[in-house]
Amino acid sequence: MEMRVIGKSVPRKEGREKVTGRARYVDDLSFPGMLHGVTVRSPAARGRIRAIHFEGELPWHEFTVVTAKDIPGKNCIALLIEDQPCLAVEFVNHPEEAIVLLAHPDKYLLEEARRCVRIEIEPLRAVFSIEDSMARKEIIWGQDNIFKSFDVEKGDVDRAWSGAEFVVEGVYETGAQEQLYIEPQGMIAQVNEAEGVTVWGSLQCPHYVHKALMILFGLPRERIRVVQTETGGGFGGKEEYPSMIAAHAALLARKSGRPVKIIYDRAEDMVATTKRHPSRTRHATAVTRDGKLLAMDIDFTVDGGAYETLSPVVLSRGTIHAAGPYACANVRIRSRAVATNAPPHGAFRGFGAPQSVFALERHFDRVAEIVGITPAEFRRRNFIRQGQTLAVGQVVKEKVDMNGLMERAFELSGYYAKRNLFTETNSDSSARAGTKRGIGFASFLHGAGFTGSGEEYLASEVAMEATADGTVHILAGSTEMGQGTNTIFAQIAAEALRLDCEQIRIVQPDTAYVPNSGPTVASRTAMIVGKLVETAAAGLLQLLRERGLLRDGYSAADFSRACCLYVAKHGALKSFVKYDHPRDLHWDDQKYSGDAYGAYAWAVYVAEVSVDARTAEVRVNDFVAVQEVGKVINPVLAAGQIEGGVAQGIGFALYENVVWQEGRMVNAQMTNYVMPTAMDLPAIRVYFEEIPYGRGPAGAKGIGELPLDGTAPAIANAIAHATGVDVRRIPITAESLLEMLEAAHA
Amino acid sequence: MPEPARKIRVSCVVNGAAASFEAYPMARLLDVLREELQLTGTKEGCGEGECGACSIEMDGQLVNSCLVPALQAEGARIRTIEGLAMGDTLHALQQAFITQGGAQCGICTPGMILAAVNLLAQHPQPDDAQIRAGLSGNLCRCTGYMKIFESVVAAVRQAESRA
Repeated sequence: MEMRVIGKSVPRKEGREKVTGRARYVDDLSFPGMLHGVTVRSPAARGRIRAIHFEGELPWHEFTVVTAKDIPGKNCIALLIEDQPCLAVEFVNHPEEAIVLLAHPDKYLLEEARRCVRIEIEPLRAVFSIEDSMARKEIIWGQDNIFKSFDVEKGDVDRAWSGAEFVVEGVYETGAQEQLYIEPQGMIAQVNEAEGVTVWGSLQCPHYVHKALMILFGLPRERIRVVQTETGGGFGGKEEYPSMIAAHAALLARKSGRPVKIIYDRAEDMVATTKRHPSRTRHATAVTRDGKLLAMDIDFTVDGGAYETLSPVVLSRGTIHAAGPYACANVRIRSRAVATNAPPHGAFRGFGAPQSVFALERHFDRVAEIVGITPAEFRRRNFIRQGQTLAVGQVVKEKVDMNGLMERAFELSGYYAKRNLFTETNSDSSARAGTKRGIGFASFLHGAGFTGSGEEYLASEVAMEATADGTVHILAGSTEMGQGTNTIFAQIAAEALRLDCEQIRIVQPDTAYVPNSGPTVASRTAMIVGKLVETAAAGLLQLLRERGLLRDGYSAADFSRACCLYVAKHGALKSFVKYDHPRDLHWDDQKYSGDAYGAYAWAVYVAEVSVDARTAEVRVNDFVAVQEVGKVINPVLAAGQIEGGVAQGIGFALYENVVWQEGRMVNAQMTNYVMPTAMDLPAIRVYFEEIPYGRGPAGAKGIGELPLDGTAPAIANAIAHATGVDVRRIPITAESLLEMLEAAHA
Repeated sequence: MPEPARKIRVSCVVNGAAASFEAYPMARLLDVLREELQLTGTKEGCGEGECGACSIEMDGQLVNSCLVPALQAEGARIRTIEGLAMGDTLHALQQAFITQGGAQCGICTPGMILAAVNLLAQHPQPDDAQIRAGLSGNLCRCTGYMKIFESVVAAVRQAESRA
């Protein structure tokens, strides 16, 4: 069927406000009598708080001072569990853990005051690496330093080794990565008798904040209100941490009786908030003589930092994606998230998958080399096909053509010719001192929506209301943070209602008005919540048709007239939808097997690099991203998602190096934590294959996280091709590559 | 002991209109614009001159307003994002950023558009390398810059078709 609005590059709904500077972000808001708030943090990684001293010649009586004693409810930031305190009381478990809060009208004086609070800590032995945590050098969390572990078993891995012609092993590591949204985190809170607790801020998940505040304040649902302001990027970094800032601002507001604004500066944002989990993956892979996978034994560990936060879920996604889009009869994946005394690592676009996919795709290039076939041929012989079973036991019911995607990506990038050409020119001895070139790729999948039974538990809701003038309002808890929620929701509703996007309004996410549509994460907004929007629109139409107010072939004017008549006669014209989990999707949480995701996006990315043989500086010269994502709702926005994700992936692969010292990031500045600029990136060429997904709105699947998975391994494989160096750890900075090059030539 | 700094009065022209404010001499121009003049379109991303979110034009030069002391604004001609559109008519670059997808989360957008305005003032027909160099002081975490480059190209093309 021809679609009118879906598939068109409708301009961004809130674009005009953004290009004129009129969009209001949290720091652009100011309330009468508002105070500023700051956080005093732990100087130590782990220890016992001995005393808090308020020093200096400051008018301390003018300051609002909050400690854990001022918390009316439970001292925790409730997420999956309640292990993370809102303010540390007796012990601190990571550097920069919040201990004291201060508020004052003058933010310059406030900054001075923050420096004058001295926290005396008796240090305790701390743990800073996955190895030390697993060796239980100190028990710093629970009984064994382990937040969560998974054990996935398919077939019989132990028996498969005997039939193997080749067994290839390897260990791969990925570093932490800072989300680096350009708008730092911030919140404004107001607490009063009449309305309870209200917060406005930069956030992805209003209902996460809502839940955390209910427990912190011991207040019922209706006494807490969370409003999302325009949000300047999230990438996962504003999934769980905003609850902490909202809690702090609200405590200061409660004690001072005034509105309180907390805005992190960049250094605080980088040093104190979450980052991508560092990881270590061990692979042992058994392969037959003709290059077919016999068994995969994968051991995957992520560093969760000091509190559990979202680590079990990050681990889950990383685990499920660890075996990739391949058919293998015997797979074992053992995984765990461990505690260290670093600030908790958290959600970051890709959510565990970029870590395990890096390991797999780099490993498979090595396996191919040892087997003696090309990386492409090895993938080709093992790609999963429709009807085959993924590692977690999910039968792939959708149509999938990984080989077709790979061939298209190769054609668009000139892969075969370049692979041969570069191999030849790199071996020329005169090239030793000059520039080496390489081309590499990664093939991968990414599941959309919450894992396993997650969507069933979330039971997301969306409401839609048409007013008497025919304007349709979408009420959803899903947030716009740049990725295009407003625009694609408007398109989905407009398509379903046969209206123009201008007639659709997106209600600002505000827990007092919008239902809980689940968090805006996990590549679930377009596919899961978008489907609810489509269904809610169908519900509106049905109401109008049932009353005989609307006929087939109606115009926009007919629709408005029908709404007017309906509202006059029957009152509010509203439709309400709740997620209904498809009956044929089954998931076993105990065995960790079944239908992990409703749908997957499939992709092959090709990177072309050059490496300066003297400085080891890497440049990405070309990047081709081919993916199958179901129906593309808005081509400009979708391409923008992939391009931006690839850019973050290039940063993850080459530049973004978090330097740790005793659990603290010591390069917490944009000056020395380097993200790609306009000068650093190649042309990022994006291509979509569209196979409509039956359960997505107009056939769409999720895409947001996908590009983070395949970019880094494609680049690492290209660098290995260019230099012959077996890179196994990202980021591959010039410094680290130079060391490897020198070691290889020594 | 040095005397504590006193606020000074600064007069300048902001977006074509005379403006006057009181500020500490070393106050950041960024804060003055946002807090004294309520021009909150100029954003703070890093506060150390790395990200360019606070970019404005000062006497025709692109500057990071987080690094400019208020006293330097005396007598200056300043242009911020609020001074770009003519009433309801958007500047060609603003329009192009909407249609080409140059703005995603929007937080870098005001600074990025001013950088692009400044670029086109110097190079009305920029090539790819000039576009990249001209925008290299402005970080964007959402777009990977591709759609921003396309926005600049589209705005140039529109200017050509009007000429």
